Amino acid sequence: MYVAVKGGERAIENAHRLLANARRGDQSVPEVTLDQISEQLGLAVDRVMSEGSLYDRELAALAIKQARGDLIEAIFLVRAFRATLPRFGASEPVDTGAMRVQRRVSSTFKDIPGGQILGPTFDYTHRLLDPSLADGFVPEAPATAESSTAPTPRVTDILGRDGLIESSPQAEDGASVGDLTREPLNFPADRDLRLQNLARGDEGFLLAMGYSTQRGYGRNHPFAGEIRFGEVEVEFSAEDVGFAVPLGSIELTECQMVNQFKGSATEAPCFTRGYGLAFGQSERKTMSMALVDRALRARELGEEALAPAQDEEFVMSHSDNVQATGFVEHLKLPHYVDFQSELGLLRKLRQEFAEANAPDAMKEAAE
Amino acid sequence: MTQQNNQQAQRKAAMAVLAHAEAGEIAARLRAFALPAHQDLRTPENGLVMLRGRVGGDGAPFNLGEATVSRAAVRLASGEVGFGYTLGRDGEKARLIALCDALVQSRDFSASVERDVIAPLREQLTIRRKQAAAETAATKVDFYTMVRGEG
Repeated sequence: MYVAVKGGERAIENAHRLLANARRGDQSVPEVTLDQISEQLGLAVDRVMSEGSLYDRELAALAIKQARGDLIEAIFLVRAFRATLPRFGASEPVDTGAMRVQRRVSSTFKDIPGGQILGPTFDYTHRLLDPSLADGFVPEAPATAESSTAPTPRVTDILGRDGLIESSPQAEDGASVGDLTREPLNFPADRDLRLQNLARGDEGFLLAMGYSTQRGYGRNHPFAGEIRFGEVEVEFSAEDVGFAVPLGSIELTECQMVNQFKGSATEAPCFTRGYGLAFGQSERKTMSMALVDRALRARELGEEALAPAQDEEFVMSHSDNVQATGFVEHLKLPHYVDFQSELGLLRKLRQEFAEANAPDAMKEAAE
Repeated sequence: MTQQNNQQAQRKAAMAVLAHAEAGEIAARLRAFALPAHQDLRTPENGLVMLRGRVGGDGAPFNLGEATVSRAAVRLASGEVGFGYTLGRDGEKARLIALCDALVQSRDFSASVERDVIAPLREQLTIRRKQAAAETAATKVDFYTMVRGEG
């Protein structure tokens, strides 16, 4: 018999105690500190901040520690935390053109004003495991060179001057900025909501979606016009102060994808674009985001939208790993009553099947 | 009006430096300072600010994600009200920034807070940024073209 279940409080309590011990691991091994996570697992912290949609390195590090390194669980914790704080308002839009660039590469132009700057990158490493890192590694001090004060304009701004690339859509006067943490999502969704959704979307999901466009499911012929990573200043127009107050700086990665050109009888052909922006150093994320952003513009650009990456309802409804994990993982919670009713139905169907297929002799005998 | 704009620019410049300093660094600079009487007008409070980007970097704004922010307000006995806002959850830092902002507005303390607190912190910040810029500059690519047919 299957009956409704109550109880298990003791088991739950003890399971959480066991979890706390499993999280700590062997207690003869030193405990990892939040500073260590923030400094030495910085890219994990960046990912948790991006997809947790909350810029706070210390909280992200705590979430990673609490989640035993399960980044989606950590993102879930950060999302839950943000619901506990009041919102003071929205910042002035950050100016990525004024970024203090730590890395900046373009695959479209070799000689860009300000130059190609590699910064701290895995690119060109051989991807061989380095045993010297296993214990007590002290890196050589970074090389230095005279820095130039020349500006590093966005590559898309340079192309834009000659009209070779479409200009960014400007906000209409008095238009409000969509916020999917405040209003339920409706389709079709505007670009501001799509970018917000992608910015907090799962990196793996966006990577697969972006990859699918490259493999032909919604091909849009991308070039990485520019990827830049560095610090931007944040300002907040505080009503009580009466002017835009500097809050400090955050690290961001921006990707400008330059895509296949488009023209019409009335407009000269020009390159189209896709955009990616995320907290921290998140290159794979912003590149994937830019590919998917461009794919989702299919309707606007009059392209046939047949591929999954071009379907905004599909992409936006499945990009969020907290929602996705909630629905997938809820399957492990007790479904005893649901299952009992299915079981009852199945038994009945099987009985009917058995009766219908019984040999005629038996049926007659039964009659 | 111009004077008001000047003061606003000065306050903003001070905040831009203070927001990048640690609470401990500001407190250390203020310890050597003969502080006038003051009180909390708003005790430090933590909250969120939605950070915005722009489509394509220069287009319409969109919501990128939130950041934690701490804020406070301090009033000097002479009446000046200072505000402190900073990324993060360090309420004491917000309070110290608010105190400095009030001092910047005070006729008696504006010059000395600039000289003893803001200027040294600005110099530290400049040194840190120059060092980072020099390390970044060393990773700039120098292209050279190989002549075909040689090698």
